[in-house]
Amino acid sequence: MRQVKTAECNGPAEAFDVARVREDFPILGESVHGKPLVYLDNAATAQKPRSVIERVAGYYETENSNIHRGVHRLSELATRAYEDARGAVRRFLNAAQDREIVFVRGATEAINLVARCYGGVNLEAGDEVVISAMEHHSNIVPWQLICQEKGAVLRVIPVDDRGDVVMEAYHRLLGPRTRIVALPHVSNALGTVNPIKEMIADAHRAGIPVLIDGAQGAPHAAVDVQDLDCDFYAFSSHKLYGPTGVGVLYGKAGLLEAMPPYQGGGDMILTVSFEATEYNALPYKFEAGTPNIAGVIGLGAAVEYLTGLGIEAVAAHEDRVLAYAVERLTCVPGLRLIGTPARRASLVSFIFGDVHAHDIGTILDQEGIAVRTGHHCAMPVMDRFGVPATVRASFACYNTEAEVDVLAEGLERVRRLFDGV
Amino acid sequence: MSDLRDLYQELILDHNRKPRNFGPLAGANRSARGVNPLCGDKVAVHLHVEDDRVTGVSFEGTGCAISIASASVMTESLKEQSCDHARELFERFHQMVANDDGGNDGAGMGKLAAFAGVRDYPARVKCATLAWHTLRAALDGEDKAVSTE
Repeated sequence: MRQVKTAECNGPAEAFDVARVREDFPILGESVHGKPLVYLDNAATAQKPRSVIERVAGYYETENSNIHRGVHRLSELATRAYEDARGAVRRFLNAAQDREIVFVRGATEAINLVARCYGGVNLEAGDEVVISAMEHHSNIVPWQLICQEKGAVLRVIPVDDRGDVVMEAYHRLLGPRTRIVALPHVSNALGTVNPIKEMIADAHRAGIPVLIDGAQGAPHAAVDVQDLDCDFYAFSSHKLYGPTGVGVLYGKAGLLEAMPPYQGGGDMILTVSFEATEYNALPYKFEAGTPNIAGVIGLGAAVEYLTGLGIEAVAAHEDRVLAYAVERLTCVPGLRLIGTPARRASLVSFIFGDVHAHDIGTILDQEGIAVRTGHHCAMPVMDRFGVPATVRASFACYNTEAEVDVLAEGLERVRRLFDGV
Repeated sequence: MSDLRDLYQELILDHNRKPRNFGPLAGANRSARGVNPLCGDKVAVHLHVEDDRVTGVSFEGTGCAISIASASVMTESLKEQSCDHARELFERFHQMVANDDGGNDGAGMGKLAAFAGVRDYPARVKCATLAWHTLRAALDGEDKAVSTE
């Protein structure tokens, strides 16, 4: 994590006014089953501030047009707004060049793109891909698919009882056949913040590129891809207060240049004949077809919103709420945290007595509390900790300690209904 | 909390705490496995079928209170029933909890009626029906695992 971007912050951490932030999110005024909404499912998707909602509506109302094509006014406006969003994301990640920012459908597509286009060219039979035991399925299955196709082998860094990767094992896995390492910035099931800068440096010493799945990282921590020196960084717009259906793949220009296109179609070509096609330059080579223009523009607005709050200030606020949640939930008899990592961000995962997570989720829902229950698309993590499912409470810039109290009180209702846990 | 008590009736809580006919079934001649891929719930239903009658039944698995209780009560309702009657019970149970074909309130269904409240919780219908889908696969002699999806 870098410590810059202070110039964009609104000031010191105590200036973070969560009550004012909450007013930016219209949905937080909603009621669920007659109770105020307590939205603690941010790791699944975050709510949208008014500025994002209005920016998307404004695009459709005043700028809607296809991009990179028409010479008419609306197309110019839409193209500029779309490319301005690319610039906003570039600054957000501190990437060196706009052309290193590829817009895709989400983090899942970004990882599939790298697995397919980088792995497809660089993997041979017997080669190895290294991932961790705490991956979301979206950072497992794309690699399994390409490994099966190429006869390559997926190697998995084990996770210890606290939910941290075992670094010695990681170092042993980095071998002469390792072609790429793919790691989560923050675990969606455990909340572990991985020491990615160190892990990237370790891989680079062996000449191995690293992809970071930043789906749970980018919304909660300042990301500087140049400082991290990661080769690829993937994240989704909708977990970062932006629209669904949009994501970002950052890739170092040299690597992206050397990769074949992901999909063929319009916008990704320079010239087409039936004999041969010349591909467009970065990033358009990877953006075939009309993209999610409104979504990208909305993502640009989300990045600006988050930058306006100050990502460092947001992270500090979330860390306070999270620390309170860990402390408060640890005091609930019968509750066991799943994952007690050295560094945690944004979420807590837990089980409660022998009450199944789904029953807890239904009971909490009646209290207006939205949590995620289940395996969190991370079944190997559930297997590692020997639980079929957990309850996950995940936090965003607008959550409060008071909402943690509502959650803890909701759990007491669960206890009463299930006769003591 | 009256709403939740409609869902989590005492019978359901009791069968969740102490599932009946839980475990492997010696001499079973029909078995099927079911999964709910959305939540990872797993169940296996074992049957002993003789002369088109269910003479033995058990289940194994992990899941929420609704799915475990549903499987448990289901096994109790099947013993010494004909396979056709078991299939009919599947249809009526599904109709009751999924509210399809106009639904039914569980009248005449005995303990199974305790699950009528599930219809008000659409996200939980699959929990209540997992064991039943698995039962039908076992009755049909299907060897492959069934899924609620």
